[in-house]
Amino acid sequence: MEKSLDLINTRIRDGDARVVTAEEMPAIVAELGEEGALKEVDVVTTGTFGAMCSSGAFLNFGHADPPIRMEHLWLNDVEAYGGIASVDAYIGATQQSETRGEDYGGAHVLEDFVAGNSVELRANSRGTDCYPGRSITTELVLADLNQAIMVNPRNSYQRYDAAANTTDRTLNTYMGTLLPGCGNVTFSGAGVLSPLANDPAFQVIGSGTPIFLGGAQGMVIGEGTQHSPKTGFGTLMVTGDLKEMRQDFLRAATMTGYGVTLYIGVGVPIPVINLDVVRSTAVRDEDITTSIIDYGVPSRDRPVLRKVTYAELRSGTIELNGMEVRTSSLSSFRKAREVAADLKHWVEEGRMEMVLPVRKIDAAKSARPMRVTTHTPLVREIMDYEIVTITEDDEITTAAKKLLRGATNHLTVLDREGRLTGIVTTYDVTKAVGGREGIRYVKEIMTRHVITTYPLEPVDVAARKLKRHNISALPVVDPEGKVAGMLTAIDLGKLIGRRETK
Amino acid sequence: MKLLVTFSRKKGREPIIAKVVLETGVLINVERAYIDAMEGEVLIDVPDEDYMRIRDRMTELGAIVSLLEHAIRRDEHECIDCGACVGVCPQEVFSFDEDWKITMRDERCVICGKCLPACPHDALSLVQ
Repeated sequence: MEKSLDLINTRIRDGDARVVTAEEMPAIVAELGEEGALKEVDVVTTGTFGAMCSSGAFLNFGHADPPIRMEHLWLNDVEAYGGIASVDAYIGATQQSETRGEDYGGAHVLEDFVAGNSVELRANSRGTDCYPGRSITTELVLADLNQAIMVNPRNSYQRYDAAANTTDRTLNTYMGTLLPGCGNVTFSGAGVLSPLANDPAFQVIGSGTPIFLGGAQGMVIGEGTQHSPKTGFGTLMVTGDLKEMRQDFLRAATMTGYGVTLYIGVGVPIPVINLDVVRSTAVRDEDITTSIIDYGVPSRDRPVLRKVTYAELRSGTIELNGMEVRTSSLSSFRKAREVAADLKHWVEEGRMEMVLPVRKIDAAKSARPMRVTTHTPLVREIMDYEIVTITEDDEITTAAKKLLRGATNHLTVLDREGRLTGIVTTYDVTKAVGGREGIRYVKEIMTRHVITTYPLEPVDVAARKLKRHNISALPVVDPEGKVAGMLTAIDLGKLIGRRETK
Repeated sequence: MKLLVTFSRKKGREPIIAKVVLETGVLINVERAYIDAMEGEVLIDVPDEDYMRIRDRMTELGAIVSLLEHAIRRDEHECIDCGACVGVCPQEVFSFDEDWKITMRDERCVICGKCLPACPHDALSLVQ
């Protein structure tokens, strides 16, 4: 049983198409049955409103006199890419201001333009015979631009991993604030309303599909970057005219400690042409699963803490490791509903007709990780294998002698079984000698809460630990729990030397 | 209701809170305390009906007492009702209503400040 697109479009033109949102669809299918729903419903509208980092716009500024071939350019101090012709540029949402850091970025430039605010363009060039201009500074509003075409390489993830943090410190991530000890779970995505969750097989969403983008009528270009529908993470590349967008549906944001991102509303209308579409649009939050990932592990392959459905995530609390943990959404379900509702009105009023894909999107693809041909340096390559050890019952004078003899600034404190119990630095010993009297033993001055690394940890990750804790050395603990060496700030210097000699 | 009590160490190290509890018999809940060499700031929770009594006695003892109401402000234009604040607040000040709009029970707020950096849209601020 099928329904032709012509019939659907005729109904849209006549103003009597039955349009429902993806949130309303499951109940309709439950009530009328699949065949009944196919007969009854012509279009299902979807919507999502969340952080979509991979967004930006192509801008054309027109020519100045004398003309300039802009090589480097900034909009409100946010660098835009100018390596395309003379007065074209691409402003990316996550690029940060050179003067205001993560408080202002490309997304804010886009929002300022849409809000009608004036934006400063600053550009320079080496000057050529045909483009003698060498620098320009001017104030522009969106209406001054010839074109401002949003082209977002990756929007509208089918679903997204939820995030938690098993470490003992707060993490600031693109998934928001993650409290220590799995104190909260954050997630993103509109679940039941998510465009791609309603057409995971890409039956009707493809190149040319008309969409809602930031309040304007836009279009699907094709598959998005990192499109991975085989693993449940399909994405879309979309475009729309920035000049027609509204601030209601386009908002700059800052994830503290991560940086700038763009919140944008995306909605896709789905023509109900056959029973497969009826089934896929009948999807509910309960049917859409995702994984809670441990962002405490600073690696690409982060461990999965558990599987979870959007229904559970949206309930406000979930169970994690036997504890009740509160969930925080990073995307707005209220705004997602607004997107789906606006889109519904457009179709009902005949302002948007349905188009089948001009080119299909591959529904079987999966994204690959980066092939890295250069070597990622590991701790074991630069660590110091010679460590000087001491026990906590030794006297401070012994520690001083060992530091001197070992020509080191760090002593590893071990217990009888050779397990790490603390660390003593030259500074600790100096402080004990020069400070209050009566301090005699290592155990009185050692640091017991020791931050450690391990031989196979990437040096970049270990270096971040040194910086974050403002310390100068990390004992290297092997998988058996034995101290295999020490990584000091001096060892990091070896790496710089190695890079220079290459 | 919540009271912000500030006292200066210059006036000696009198245990004001303990004293007021003993004198009045009102159970005071200390929700947050910040004390350094020169002054202290303590956020306490007291039963509504005892508010005046506690305030007057603490003031007599040399503390500055201010009632804490609407400690946190939400800019409704900036807020997009995402919910990033919901899970980070230890006091469960934020929640969704049936239309998925954020509602606040700001009388619960202990001005810990955790929600401020957690808001992607910079919509939250402390009123002070």
